[in-house]
Amino acid sequence: MSRVHDMGGRFGDGPVRPDAPNAPVFATEWHARALAVTLACGALGQWNIDTSRHAREKLSPIDYTRFSYYEIWLAALADLLVHKCVLSEDDLAGQGSDAPHPLAEKRLTADAVAGVLAKGGPADREGGPEPLFVEGQAVRTRHPGGNRRVSGGHTRLPTYATGATGRILRLHGTHVLPDSAAHGLGEAPEPLYAVVFPAGELWSHPENPEDEVVLDMWQSYLELV
Amino acid sequence: MPHDHSDHPHALLPPDPALRVKALETILTRKGLIDPAALDEIIDTYQNKIGPQNGARVVARAWSDPAFKDALLADADPVLAGLGYSGRQGEHMVVVENTPAQHNMVVCTLCSCYPWPLLGIPPAWYKSDAYRARAVREPRAVLADFGVSLPEGTRVRVWDSTAEVRYLVLPMRPKGTEGLTEDQLAILVTRDSMVGTGLPRSPEGKT
Repeated sequence: MSRVHDMGGRFGDGPVRPDAPNAPVFATEWHARALAVTLACGALGQWNIDTSRHAREKLSPIDYTRFSYYEIWLAALADLLVHKCVLSEDDLAGQGSDAPHPLAEKRLTADAVAGVLAKGGPADREGGPEPLFVEGQAVRTRHPGGNRRVSGGHTRLPTYATGATGRILRLHGTHVLPDSAAHGLGEAPEPLYAVVFPAGELWSHPENPEDEVVLDMWQSYLELV
Repeated sequence: MPHDHSDHPHALLPPDPALRVKALETILTRKGLIDPAALDEIIDTYQNKIGPQNGARVVARAWSDPAFKDALLADADPVLAGLGYSGRQGEHMVVVENTPAQHNMVVCTLCSCYPWPLLGIPPAWYKSDAYRARAVREPRAVLADFGVSLPEGTRVRVWDSTAEVRYLVLPMRPKGTEGLTEDQLAILVTRDSMVGTGLPRSPEGKT
């Protein structure tokens, strides 16, 4: 059902430790390189943001848990580069060739960085199904959750929020469906809503029954109550 | 070397993370797939150009200019684009306002979604298991870890960033700031106050 990254509501993690005032953006040089190499490889255009999130989630629970944040990024990047046939296992093992790579023409150059970051990757799309729900309407999230097309596949419906009743707060527009896009099954855009849930819908012992959690939910995650 | 077609080719790289990223960068550079100068440029951008100072300017302006605040809360994207604060990981922004009745707090339980153009790269605590696991279930206990306690009667609304929409909290303007300029106000706006795990500084220097 779920994967190791799906940790919302989990018990036992201990205190949150705020960082020191004026802590550097990158704690060490390799953190900065890990972020930059990941972004630069993304610019090669061989995967989308949903594919890369899923690559991180697919790490074994042991690796995901023992790795620090940027180690998760690096491991997922290496896995993606091989699975998308950008590099071979021999390349990773340091035994590959230095022959010119067919994707080299897509290399992100320094002068293009500012433009690429400023452009980003908008997820809203024209078309798609009409919105079924309106603001204020009561809706329930699917239960069981999980990706409906691919067993063990990517989804953005956290386990803690399955089978919960909330109400539509707002319509964000029509957005790419990660459950489809992560697996090369097309963007399948759908209406995306902010849905608000009372804490008591989600937790057996809510910290305060007046509190609420809002999640962004695609239309196919929801049913009318 | 035998091809074992493992599901996890990353195990072929050196285990030490600093060596691991170096190895990957070297392999990719030799094949012409990445440009080390582009990596330097990306790092410089997030180390020196894009950070919480951007969000602080937006908040200070919203505190100073009611029409700007209304436009920001109604439809943030065109307003932020006009200031040059759009782009990667901030393509679809929603600004949520703290009031005496409601305190907002932002998390990403599934990964680490965060409004980069306004706040930069997320701090380690935002990406930690403890924050991701606990913020949705016990936000008040998490706030206590940050030294924040809310008045009775203030509801907490936690925003779990499950899609490509990014949330910025508009904190309440501190008392005693009448007459301050936008630049003076911006200094009071902390990063954590825009995530909802902190409150703005007071003009006397206390939080």
